[in-house]
Amino acid sequence: MLEQILALLPQVIFDGLILGFVYAMVALGYTMVYGVLELINFAHSEIFMIGAVVGVEVFRYLAPQVGNGLLLLFIALVLGGVVAGITAILVERFAYRPLRKRGTTNRLVPLITAIGVSFILQDLVRLLEGLWHNEFFLRMRTVEDLEGSVELFGGAIFAQSKSFILMGVSILMLLGLTYLVNRTKLGVAIRAVAQDLSTASLMGIDPDRIISRTFLIGGSLGGVAGVLFALQYTTITPYVGFLPGVKAFTAAVLGGIGNIPGAMVGGLVLGQLENFFGTYLPILTNGNFGTEYKDVVAFLILIFILLVRPQGLLGQVVKEKV
Amino acid sequence: MRKIGMLVAGVAALGMALGQANVIKIATQSPLSGPQAALGEQIKLGAELAIEEAKAKFKALGFDLVLVPYDDQANPDVGVANANRIINDPDILGVVGHLNSGVAIPSSEVYARVNLVMVSPANTNPRVTDRKLPNVNRICGRDDVQGPVGAEYAFKNLKVRNVFVIHDKTAYGQGLAEEFKKRLEALGGKAVAFVGTEETSNFVPIINQIRAARPVPELIYFGGIYSQIGPFVKQLRERGVKTRLMGGDGLDSSEFLRLAGAQNAAGTFYTTVAGPVSAFPKAKAVAQRFKQKYGKDMEGFGIYAYDSANVILAALENAIKAAGGKKPTREQVAQAVRQVKMEGLTGTIEFDDKGDNKKAKYFVMQVASTGNWADNKLIRVIEMAAPGSK
Repeated sequence: MLEQILALLPQVIFDGLILGFVYAMVALGYTMVYGVLELINFAHSEIFMIGAVVGVEVFRYLAPQVGNGLLLLFIALVLGGVVAGITAILVERFAYRPLRKRGTTNRLVPLITAIGVSFILQDLVRLLEGLWHNEFFLRMRTVEDLEGSVELFGGAIFAQSKSFILMGVSILMLLGLTYLVNRTKLGVAIRAVAQDLSTASLMGIDPDRIISRTFLIGGSLGGVAGVLFALQYTTITPYVGFLPGVKAFTAAVLGGIGNIPGAMVGGLVLGQLENFFGTYLPILTNGNFGTEYKDVVAFLILIFILLVRPQGLLGQVVKEKV
Repeated sequence: MRKIGMLVAGVAALGMALGQANVIKIATQSPLSGPQAALGEQIKLGAELAIEEAKAKFKALGFDLVLVPYDDQANPDVGVANANRIINDPDILGVVGHLNSGVAIPSSEVYARVNLVMVSPANTNPRVTDRKLPNVNRICGRDDVQGPVGAEYAFKNLKVRNVFVIHDKTAYGQGLAEEFKKRLEALGGKAVAFVGTEETSNFVPIINQIRAARPVPELIYFGGIYSQIGPFVKQLRERGVKTRLMGGDGLDSSEFLRLAGAQNAAGTFYTTVAGPVSAFPKAKAVAQRFKQKYGKDMEGFGIYAYDSANVILAALENAIKAAGGKKPTREQVAQAVRQVKMEGLTGTIEFDDKGDNKKAKYFVMQVASTGNWADNKLIRVIEMAAPGSK
């Protein structure tokens, strides 16, 4: 048994890393919105899904025109990010802002709105794709120069070139976001609004604008993650966002919600847990528990971690805002 | 005033009763939206074609024949809710459906309350008829034969000994996989693993298990639906695993080809209870009419739905005659269905005391490499009686 586990371990860690980066990118969207508005934006799962759908459509229509696979992917990433970002802005503008302006203090109201928006977006995409292509399952078109693969460490790791692209793009985006939040004027404004919305508005910051931008950034990250997800796992449905969304949200909480490096760490940890138990559960339990229990076990461990460290891995105990 | 009101109501009720007296409706229930719509639509269209063609005949008997399609979304809750609506429409005298055993089993219990007859073109789980409900019939085969047929072919013809078995955790997929495993082990083969998964996008953990499994599996058996097996096969082949693959009738749809990619799907074996048009010489002309009318190729379940609808129509005709030209009751139709003996496109249709077709056909197929579902190779046809029937 141990032999089997060790033989597979490098592969499992590698695959877990890829899944983890997807979760991390989606988790950033949750964490940013929560940091600024203390709102759990469940519609973010669907922003991710919209990114994936845009990716599929770009590949469907542009693959015959654009010869170069990398260029094609670049176009898909940009368009996926833009469309998802704009959708996120629209959701904020028409679903959350009116509630905020009305001064709703009940936390449950925006949460339920978010769940509702999420259903609306799912069925909207389903309707559109149904009318457009009469398809429920959207398949990412295969493009030859993105389909290469290599074996690393004497065959211990089988890696596809698109996996490296996924990792590369997500690392770039995570670094870019960290720079943006910590070093730019917009970042300062976002942090100021997160700190105290009303005081920030007294300092010459337009909070609505900053909130919009936050949604734009989080949404585009989610969209890009969606495109990469579609490239990696190839089949997309209008409901594909739900599970990765819930897991990314969990990752954000695990890392300490509101904390950007935390979301990244949380995503990576969750990806590893899921892949580890997905692969090894049947081996560890001698076939009594199959792969279907991977999420149960991963979530049990998460609950345990949060019992020990309720503020999350990198989170800080929330103090009274100064 | 009141009297007039009652009179008006009375006249209206009479008018409605007269208007409805000569309408006979046949319902279909199958997934028309969502992941399994490709298979479900075949069921609806197959039945629709049969009903369109019988309209003139029933007109001569004095009845208007109408099809009422329902969308069960492959979801038991929706199926049962539709079933309740169906039994509340007194004009509906028969149901063609469902696609999924998990939906058919609870829904048929609703039909049973009013003796509404159901003839299924596609439900293969043994429990569908093993409950011995007088209103439940199927013309297709059963998983406790389909699974073993696959196992026998794998063991005897493909000479496979070690198989990695996966299922989708539904009544259909898990049942099929269990029956496959049972027969394989009885023959002397071995299921290296028996794994369930509800995953729809990331199959990497299972693929890694396959690569690590010892003894090395020579075949992967997947009890499930094309929507899951398609992406699974794509990822499997992309990762360089060349192990042969086999499945049940759940992957008998051209959508499988699209989702897996023609190259990756090529060579996949599957057993099915609903053979392709090429397996039935009589179906050729019908398939042409189907293509003309709906602009789509007729696939296995379309043919079986066409036959299912015709079974109900034949029974209806007999029941109308037995009732002296009047509209029969649901119970009379249900009884008449059990008496039917007819030659359908798919062969002789005759039910045993449980509602199974006395002799159903099972097909072993192989996916062609041409990227055209209709080119799939029919490897063998096995005609076998349902277990436990006399």
